[in-house]
Amino acid sequence: MARGILVVCEQREGEIKRATHEALSEASRLAAALGGEVAALLIGDKVKAKAASLAAFGAKKVFVADDARLGGYAVEAYTNVAKKVCDDFRPDFILLPATALGKDLAPRLAARLGAGLASDVIRTEVTDGSLVLTRPIFAGKALLSLKVTSQPQVITLRPKVMALAEPDAALTADVQDVALAGLLDTIRTTITKTEKATTGRPDVSEADIIISGGRGIKAPENFKILEELADLLGAAVGASRAAVDAGWRDHQDQVGQTGKTVTPNLYIACGISGAIQHLAGMLSSKCIVAINKDSEAPIFQVCDYGIVGDLFEILPLFTEEYRTVKSRG
Amino acid sequence: MNLVVCVKHVPDTESRIRVKGDGTGIVTEGLNFVVNPYDEFAVEEAIRIKERIPGSKVIVVTIGPEDATKSIRTCLAMGADDAVHVVDGDFQRFDGVATAAMLAAVIKDLQFDLIICGKQAVDDDCAQVGPALAEFLGIPDVSVVTKLDVAADAKKITAVRETEAARETVECSLPALVTAQKGLNEPRYPSLPAIMKAKKTAIKTVPAAELGLGPDGAPRVEVLKFAEPPARKAGRVLEGEPRQVVKQVVTLLVEEARVL
Repeated sequence: MARGILVVCEQREGEIKRATHEALSEASRLAAALGGEVAALLIGDKVKAKAASLAAFGAKKVFVADDARLGGYAVEAYTNVAKKVCDDFRPDFILLPATALGKDLAPRLAARLGAGLASDVIRTEVTDGSLVLTRPIFAGKALLSLKVTSQPQVITLRPKVMALAEPDAALTADVQDVALAGLLDTIRTTITKTEKATTGRPDVSEADIIISGGRGIKAPENFKILEELADLLGAAVGASRAAVDAGWRDHQDQVGQTGKTVTPNLYIACGISGAIQHLAGMLSSKCIVAINKDSEAPIFQVCDYGIVGDLFEILPLFTEEYRTVKSRG
Repeated sequence: MNLVVCVKHVPDTESRIRVKGDGTGIVTEGLNFVVNPYDEFAVEEAIRIKERIPGSKVIVVTIGPEDATKSIRTCLAMGADDAVHVVDGDFQRFDGVATAAMLAAVIKDLQFDLIICGKQAVDDDCAQVGPALAEFLGIPDVSVVTKLDVAADAKKITAVRETEAARETVECSLPALVTAQKGLNEPRYPSLPAIMKAKKTAIKTVPAAELGLGPDGAPRVEVLKFAEPPARKAGRVLEGEPRQVVKQVVTLLVEEARVL
């Protein structure tokens, strides 16, 4: 049976986000298992030039909605455009990255389509021709497997989990413009200001390496030693709830159940004892390093490498040692 | 100004979650249920708006089992005026779109200018209800909001929302829906007299079966199985001369884990 899989892409200032490439990669794997064609929907302002590049990750068709009014995320217009493409292309599956944009657009689109939605999926499996999805619940304290029973099915994929396919520059796609007439008339939200993060460091939800600090950092200015290592590694600086609630760090940086769930390659927990709600948010990191004075701290039960010691001594030594190793090549 | 806040009764974030042996659910015995933390920010924000704009009213809407009354009373004690409780024995349906359809069935008959939801519930983590509810009601939404201003004429809001790389300031006409993120405010602790008073406030109850949902209320997901996350083995914990230990760990990260 021919099935269509539509990936709603996300770009930021014309750059296709990695999470979009991951979703296209996953869509291609599903198409291989279930049959069918992968299409992409690219929405934005002056984004058409990027459309062809989506072919390298498996899109056979690219629908482009390119308009100045779509430059920023306008929920109503984006929903209208996605609904229109779904009406025309009739996908069985609609995939979006579970980013800020995807998490807002997917429920609106699902509600508009009368479809079910599985959010923040970390695993897909084809069993007897149907798709079984796994997603974390309770911030990862448990896993739930489920099926979406509607037609179509809407699925958001957690960023940094699905394997990225090797792009194939030889692949091409049929690029079509979405007829936008009537779709952009009702826009009741206007973005009046965009403030970019000024630290130059990645967001904890997107970083490959995160250096996180907790109560053991003792004072906001002490985060400097984490930042120094972070900048050397191109890492993000995260924080435990204790550090955020104390007002030392912005809540945007919080890792855990009332913060962000993260999946970096390397998570370095400094002065974090490992409260259950923190562990829930970072346990799916590939490699965990813990630095803590208290050898009984629960964080040592889950880390790959632990260092018992004073982080104010250990961390600068770590930075120094890494510099040495790096300079040797 | 009429404010509606959607509130869920959930296990607190300190809870250790255990999956039933047969994988059919989670063990709820011994769990302490509270107002979903993000919904608490939503309630607090609504009350602050009410305090600024004379003549405002805050209605709390909850879908949940009988026990959810406990969380509703907390919201009333914080300062909400009224509450509607859709009594639904299902602890969890993991279908935020269906939940939103139920909420829409209740809220469409209420007067509202602004609906505030938490950005997600800390149990199912779906983050679907806010945007889906806005869609069912035909109003715009701004999600994951850390700052909210209501114009003096109560016709427009200015909200700051978070994305991965930026903070966006968004203006939106009312009626609208916003979802609350941590950082929006610091929820108050209700006073003892307020708690006593809230005990006496009448809560309107509606059995879920009587909502009269059309196709919008049909389940769209089928829950198959619950599982514990893969256990993480404790790794190597090193103690000793700091410089030596650090050298060892950096080497392991480069050569064994290959993450540096």
